[in-house]
Amino acid sequence: MKANGHVFKYGDNVDTDVIIPARYLNSSDPKELATHCMEDIDKDFVNNVNAGDIIVADKNFGCGSSREHAPIAIKASGVSCVIAETFARIFYRNAINIGLPIIECPEAARGISAGDEVEVDFDSGVITNKTTGTSFQGQPFPEFMQKIIQSEGLVNYINAK
Amino acid sequence: MGMTMTQKILAAHAGLESVVAGQLIEADLDLVLGNDITSPVAIHEIEKMNVDGVFHKDKIALVMDHFVPNKDIKSAEHCKCVREFACKNEISNYFDVGEMGIEHALLPEKGLTVAGDVIIGADSHTCTYGALGAFSTGVGSTDMAAGMATGRAWFKVPSAIKVVITGKPQKYVSGKDVILHLIGTIGVDGALYQSLEFVGDGIANLSMDDRFTIANMAIEAGAKNGIFPVDDLAKQYMEAHSKRPFVVYEADEDAEYEREVVIDLNTLKPTVSFPHLPENTKTIDEVGDIAIDQVVIGSCTNGRYDDLAVAAEILKGKKVKKGLRVIVIPATQQIYLDAMEAGFIRTFIEAGAIVSTPTCGPCLGGYMGILAEGERCVSTTNRNFVGRMGHVNSEIYLASPAVAAASALTGKISDPRK
Repeated sequence: MKANGHVFKYGDNVDTDVIIPARYLNSSDPKELATHCMEDIDKDFVNNVNAGDIIVADKNFGCGSSREHAPIAIKASGVSCVIAETFARIFYRNAINIGLPIIECPEAARGISAGDEVEVDFDSGVITNKTTGTSFQGQPFPEFMQKIIQSEGLVNYINAK
Repeated sequence: MGMTMTQKILAAHAGLESVVAGQLIEADLDLVLGNDITSPVAIHEIEKMNVDGVFHKDKIALVMDHFVPNKDIKSAEHCKCVREFACKNEISNYFDVGEMGIEHALLPEKGLTVAGDVIIGADSHTCTYGALGAFSTGVGSTDMAAGMATGRAWFKVPSAIKVVITGKPQKYVSGKDVILHLIGTIGVDGALYQSLEFVGDGIANLSMDDRFTIANMAIEAGAKNGIFPVDDLAKQYMEAHSKRPFVVYEADEDAEYEREVVIDLNTLKPTVSFPHLPENTKTIDEVGDIAIDQVVIGSCTNGRYDDLAVAAEILKGKKVKKGLRVIVIPATQQIYLDAMEAGFIRTFIEAGAIVSTPTCGPCLGGYMGILAEGERCVSTTNRNFVGRMGHVNSEIYLASPAVAAASALTGKISDPRK
């Protein structure tokens, strides 16, 4: 499985309040949440994002609230993968549980700029910056998490058990 | 190799003799928690699972606290969804308007969380119950759904940071100052994927309400959980509130810690977190002249009895600064009643503050105190992210109830000791 798209780049500590502000949490509809994705950090995001695009950020992406609405909004906006130096742990769990691919890779976070075209190979963990021609090796998931991802989320994984 | 307190609790709940940091385990759950924002998503997920109901009707707590009494039609629909699920599954710990309180103040008060438990909650501040010597951690809605269905959850066993608390706090220095100081020291990702293990003789000088505040904000340092040893005060609290037996775990002498941080309560000063991250801390004497528009005293962090008591002591017989909006929110119905009987509610109203029914409301910018563009708020809540309490160009300064109350009198961030 591969992802390919253009990059939206953010810095450290992107919190779940800016990913999906609480004023929209009276809805749990993915499509509706997606229309407000990243609104408080990048109000043009929803107008510019295309299916397959990739978010790249520095450390502690997804910190703050446990709202699963945050990875749901990102996934529903069409984003195919989030790459970060590190992720906040609840966001990390939530992304895996709902089937939003995420990869920790400090080198990629530093070596990729906004607008770059990037390809991610989820089987090998290799991240390729097609704009600059450089590649990075992302952290592979532990086997246990790979099974959840292959099942496309925790619910299917439990149903299959 | 020895284990930390967190590791011992996890090992026992995974049916293992011992665990090591980094190990993936599946553990039995003593309690699964959700609120009116996260539960509807979890209910939607559990309906997709091939399961017949929930794993245990007494080991699930559903607390309607974020947008209640409902602020609009959509939030009312969410609560209706949870209410119907609770009714259908005969969930015994369902708390709606009239019985509800802010979840992390309510559950210990109702005796649903005790030492030795493993608790997950679809709310990041679930780490609060570490104050009682439980392992408790925030998760998302899908984990909550899986927990409700199976009574189990997967965890990566965390490594640990040892936080040694020594000394005795000065007047108007509280648990909030301890945790803000710690976050300022290690940063908002300083404890990422790790547990914060609080130890030291200074803990004896911290009330249970102080400890709840400290454990509550462990997540703001990125921690998986924060945990306190179970001393006589914690035992008295549990015996007074719970009929459930508790199990006391102690860290091994040779437990491994990746790092040690010492906090001396003797020299700790009132501390304020500046926008827009909890790690941007300054001591009160470094703050300077910051005029404010609103004060919020409440939340799962600081809406407990001790918090209201210190605010009332500072506000008693005085008036809040003209033009300032001061919002006081007791965290539970019981705290509200106790505050009323102690005369605090009269003090607040006579001072010119308003007192609200328990709700998370303004803390997350839900309702009841949203900020306009350019406005500033001193708040006893837990996050000061961009747009957290309203407009993206508003500002939140996190502080203790004592600093918030002192600031309410002057209209600028103020030292309660003066």
